[in-house]
Amino acid sequence: DPHWYPARQSLRLDPKGKPLRDEEILQELPVGTTATFYFRDLGAQISWGTVFLIECIGPLVIYLLFYFRLPLIYAPKYEFTASKHLVVPIACVCHSFHYMKRIVETLFVHRLSHSTMPLRNIFKNCSYHWCFAAWMAYYINHPLYTPPYYGEKQVKAALAIFLFCQLGSFSIHMALRNLKLPSCKIKKIPYPTKNPFTWIFALVSCPNYTYELGSWLGFTLMTQCVPVLFFTVVGFIQMTVWAKGKHRSYLKEFKEYPTLRSPILPFIL
Amino acid sequence: MSAPAMGTSKTAHSDSSNKKKKGPGTLATAYLVIYNVVMTAGWLVIAVGLVRAYLARGSYHGLYYSIEKPLKFFQTGALLEILHCALGIVPSSVVLTGFQVMSRVFLTWAVTHSVREVQSEDSVLLFVVAWTVTEIIRYSFYTFSLLNHLPYLIKWARYTFFIVLYPMGVAGELLTIYAALPYVQKTGLYSITLPNKYNFSFDYHTFLILVMVSYIPLFPQLYFHMMRQRKKVLGHVEEYSKVE
Repeated sequence: DPHWYPARQSLRLDPKGKPLRDEEILQELPVGTTATFYFRDLGAQISWGTVFLIECIGPLVIYLLFYFRLPLIYAPKYEFTASKHLVVPIACVCHSFHYMKRIVETLFVHRLSHSTMPLRNIFKNCSYHWCFAAWMAYYINHPLYTPPYYGEKQVKAALAIFLFCQLGSFSIHMALRNLKLPSCKIKKIPYPTKNPFTWIFALVSCPNYTYELGSWLGFTLMTQCVPVLFFTVVGFIQMTVWAKGKHRSYLKEFKEYPTLRSPILPFIL
Repeated sequence: MSAPAMGTSKTAHSDSSNKKKKGPGTLATAYLVIYNVVMTAGWLVIAVGLVRAYLARGSYHGLYYSIEKPLKFFQTGALLEILHCALGIVPSSVVLTGFQVMSRVFLTWAVTHSVREVQSEDSVLLFVVAWTVTEIIRYSFYTFSLLNHLPYLIKWARYTFFIVLYPMGVAGELLTIYAALPYVQKTGLYSITLPNKYNFSFDYHTFLILVMVSYIPLFPQLYFHMMRQRKKVLGHVEEYSKVE
């Protein structure tokens, strides 16, 4: 049945066992002259790259709708007006930059190991990012928005943190890309490179998440907005779960994995 | 997870690793039996309180006040059940249990307690009665199950009474929230408006309406889940022997 394309097939040797990976070769499997495989339909699949793109274009566009105060969002007298606070356009640039960077990375930088995910995930992932983006954008661009308590000092410090972490995040993504050669599926331990932003690899397994957390903390400080803090915390919890998983698989895969490293926060978590 | 008491149940886990079902250890079981007995007793107190108040007053209006304190105490105490799931001494999902308990606690404190004007509504009696009967049966069910002496009657009651009690409770809850709406809007209860230095707003009135709307998808799912559980548990009556 051509309906079950390879990406949605899951084959196992044992119905309760782990699915076989794409790279496995029949001759190397523990089977005799005949082999029995158990097939499971994983459901409609969509490529990770596509999901990431849609996930990121949404917030990019949605935030701008609020920034330019399109009709029906705020009271009619505020339509298409601009905020008088300097921090508001700065926040818009930062938010947009963050998602544009992610789009560029998805298109040109990331080498994604799993090529697809179930179609259902796109609704989950997109609603998460899109709804949070709308919620944050609503308050930051609101006519009654209150700028940060410590004014320009706070915004400048926060902007510095944000940019630092964005550069850091990009450096990590590039470093991870250079680890994986296109045809080779061998996993390697990431190590600090000449780029100072990658030196954090000495202390952390998943510095991409560390820098992401840092970026959003900077954004929270910059906007002094509870919904942004909320988004940062929720994202942190999710990234910690992922980081711990990745850390565990590094430890399992490599006997010589550096013991000084923590999953996401140096020495703490 | 900081739970020194878990030491016992962990050993029990490794001992019973050959058996299919991993139950809580002896210490955890003893604790759970005490917990469930106390809860059964608590809800019986509420039941008795309701009956006595009804007999004393001669009407079923305004009975909430006579059981307000034990209701708050024992319903809030149910929060421990989330902890039980998190610790693994009860095999239920933390999320599901959390959701159920929080919705009860929400109605008790954030609606009935907070909006004084609804306390005299008859809808309050509707859900209090539904909760009381349900909880007495549920906690005694758990108590007997833990002691491995579950009378069929309790099992039957648990999986049958809900057919009426569930809709009754939901009706009482929805009517109470609905009754609270005008007072919440008028007083701006639990609401935050802009501008403020946290750049956050919350409209409790709208929130309550959303809560009411959420019953529409949720209630049928839970109801039919119980229906399916009923078929599964009570369906094979002829095959299983009645327990004591």
